[in-house]
Amino acid sequence: MSERTIGGVILDLRNISLSFGGVKALTDISFDVREGEVRAIIGPNGAGKSSMLNVINGVYRPQQGQIAFHGKTRHDMDTHEAAAQGIARTFQNIALFKGMSVLDNIMTGRNLKIKTNFLQQAIWWGPARREEIEQRRKVEEVIDFLEIQHIRKTPVGRLPYGLQKRVELARALAAEPKILLLDEPMAGMNVEEKQDMCRFILDVNEQFGTTVVLIEHDMGVVMDLSDRVVVLDYGRKIADGLPDEVRGNPEVISAYLGQAH
Amino acid sequence: MNWQAFIEVLVGGLLSGVMYSLVALGFVLIYKASGVFNFAQGSMLFFAAMTCAGLVGKGLPLWAAALVSLVVMVALGLAVEKFVLRPMVAQPEISLFMATIGLSFVIDGLAQIIWGSTAMKLDLGVEDMPLEALMDKTGIAVSQFDLLAAAVAAVLVSGLAVFFSKTKVGRALRAVADDHQAALAVGIPLQRIWGIVWGVAGFVALVAGMLWGARNGVQFALTSLALKALPVLIIGGFTSVPGAIVGGLIVGASEKLAEVYIGPHVGGGIEAWFPYILALGVLLIRPEGLFGEKIIRRI
Amino acid sequence: MFYREAGQYKTSYADDGQIFPIRQDRYAIAVLLLVAFVVVPFTASAYLLSGILIPCLIISLAALGLNILTGYAGQLSLGTAAFMAVGAFASYNFVLRIPGIPLLLAFALAGMVAAFVGIIFGLPSLRVRGFYLAASTLATQFFIVWCLTKFSWLSNNSSSGIITAQPMQILGYTFSSPASKYLLVLSIVAVMALALKNLVRSNTGRAWMAIRDMDMAAEVIGFPPMRTKLLAFAVSSFYCGVAGALYAYAFLGTVEPDGFSLDLSFRVLFMIIIGGLGSISGSFIGAGFVFLMPIALNMFFGATGIHMPESVKSNLEQMIFGGLIIFFLIVEPHGLARLWQITKEKLRIWPFPH
Repeated sequence: MSERTIGGVILDLRNISLSFGGVKALTDISFDVREGEVRAIIGPNGAGKSSMLNVINGVYRPQQGQIAFHGKTRHDMDTHEAAAQGIARTFQNIALFKGMSVLDNIMTGRNLKIKTNFLQQAIWWGPARREEIEQRRKVEEVIDFLEIQHIRKTPVGRLPYGLQKRVELARALAAEPKILLLDEPMAGMNVEEKQDMCRFILDVNEQFGTTVVLIEHDMGVVMDLSDRVVVLDYGRKIADGLPDEVRGNPEVISAYLGQAH
Repeated sequence: MNWQAFIEVLVGGLLSGVMYSLVALGFVLIYKASGVFNFAQGSMLFFAAMTCAGLVGKGLPLWAAALVSLVVMVALGLAVEKFVLRPMVAQPEISLFMATIGLSFVIDGLAQIIWGSTAMKLDLGVEDMPLEALMDKTGIAVSQFDLLAAAVAAVLVSGLAVFFSKTKVGRALRAVADDHQAALAVGIPLQRIWGIVWGVAGFVALVAGMLWGARNGVQFALTSLALKALPVLIIGGFTSVPGAIVGGLIVGASEKLAEVYIGPHVGGGIEAWFPYILALGVLLIRPEGLFGEKIIRRI
Repeated sequence: MFYREAGQYKTSYADDGQIFPIRQDRYAIAVLLLVAFVVVPFTASAYLLSGILIPCLIISLAALGLNILTGYAGQLSLGTAAFMAVGAFASYNFVLRIPGIPLLLAFALAGMVAAFVGIIFGLPSLRVRGFYLAASTLATQFFIVWCLTKFSWLSNNSSSGIITAQPMQILGYTFSSPASKYLLVLSIVAVMALALKNLVRSNTGRAWMAIRDMDMAAEVIGFPPMRTKLLAFAVSSFYCGVAGALYAYAFLGTVEPDGFSLDLSFRVLFMIIIGGLGSISGSFIGAGFVFLMPIALNMFFGATGIHMPESVKSNLEQMIFGGLIIFFLIVEPHGLARLWQITKEKLRIWPFPH
């Protein structure tokens, strides 16, 4: 991984607190993400990992805290703004569009690049058609990259779980994101599928320089893939650092083994 | 402003609101159990009233006709559950809703094929006349029939409330309403609960159908009560029995008041749409309704 | 000639994105259009044209409109007839009050008025979904019909809101014969169906389907939910509005607000469920089916000699529709269009299915 360059802080989360009604999901969490790195978020079930991703791309609005991204510090993110400024994600429970083909699903990832309006699209001939073909070319690059050429016309609902996860990654990649948020990209996969997925994540990171923020349960995967790891437990940050540092942290060990704090 | 007239309109509205509540009750039951707005509830009500009035027309005494109708309605409810709802488990709620629209056409057609398309009368022995004692004392006209309907509704609601909170089936139903999967996991016989609820919904449809039929005549227009129940439920909340009652009262009172006090200024006939506009207002401010449970969507 | 795509290679993305990627399908549709545009007007009887084909095409257009909203964007509407009514009365008023307005412009403007009304009543869709939205569209249905009955200005002060459409004139030519009306309707419907096909195979269509399938994910990807939903309401209502205008001008001639009843809305809904939710061809197939079924039923009873009173017949018809709705929703939510597609797929690999 010698050619990778890790730059300065691209996303900075400061003192984020989030609660639903009376239930605290996140308490005073701060961490940053550097350009070009693979940043893992780990923690036991219910630690607030997914909530953290949802705060980053504006699905949840935290009660407190600040998010610095793209040269601007704000109280919370807006989903549309997040997407427009290059944050793409996948979901823990696959969130593909079930009634559409693989190709159409991935094409949705390019929606923010589309310039023609609906009237031009209704006419089709001319700009809309040109644009569609141009976007299709980009999408085919992603399809080649993730090696899913054979299923491009298949409705996503008919695909096995592992492939659906890959299509979801393809849809996120089609947006050419700066930051890719992956919520348990390998959950429920067998060893072989996991290896494939690991390779894709590393390839994305190395070839396109995409920053990756990743939630994962498989400690082996996390230790191999990530540059830095932040550990959450009960909505609090209990550790943050290099994989090796985190692994030796007694608080992390106790959180995972369930000892009394 | 004439206060006496105002009170008369208000009371009349509230009492007809009770009748709406009665209709809405059947919707709430089914919504709780099966998670669908049963558009066919109005048709079930129509079917029940037709059956009962038809049997009386054939010479059966009222009580016997009601009993036979009850059996028929429970059977209908069970059949609907088995042949329509059960095969559609796990389909999106919008599909379920459309299926109940189809169901309403089937039931409407069936009722009219069996009993004919002409309006029938159903006499419950109470006339739609002002209660004289009250009229003499206060000068306010309140229909005896409306009072009877209100009493029946009160009994039915309390009965259902006890049924849900005290009996085993009631507890199981609440569990089912919360989470189908979890209910199955703890060994609640889902299909039996569904069957019971559809049976009870048939019963509620019969009561409401008899009252409405006796009041307005047993005719096809009864099916449109389903349309009136929609705003009632939106205002009250789809999951709440008290919500159905309060929603019914609000719709009943407000549409009568609107008709009397706003209607003349815009040409009348606003009863047809006023409840919907009211419901829209509630939707925009409080989408879960006054008594509904707030839905938090997780992703 | 076999129904086979062997040997037809797609060498560009443009080829691959065609409406009918298989050559045999293209031939079939060309023949169909040729028959519809050239053969039918000269050979069909006046009854077939004005009694069946014209209303079928018009109602297909309304079904297309509803399918945009319900089939593609996943927003249930029970107010189709109301939007048709808006189109009918708006076009009447445009022709009446703007002397010399080109007829097609009046239709287009009427569609836009319907689109505007659609946007207003679609606003609640931003907060609610499913049958909650049904309540909103029911409000549309009742409110619009009430407005058209009560505000006599809209019907040029005629009693109980009845209007009689003016003769259809384009560039001095008056469309009065059934064949000319048919050709006008067919052209409008064909152009609008093509435009819709183009919409749904480009980004707008994907936005609608994304909102339908998983609205949260669609938003995260960058589809603005408000604009996407309201655009669906607007385009859908536009189609229904133009259908309503044609309904008044090319089919009935004289219409009243009560003619655009909830029953008509349901009928259109049934068409798209039976024909196929989210399918252009399904809208046509469904409309044809729902429109022709009663006629076929009549012929069936006539042929078998079973005598049946009218009322029983219409009730039976109702039950069959209801039963079909339930059947399709349970067995094949994508309707007849999907069944047709499955047949074609089987045909492609026939006679060696493995």
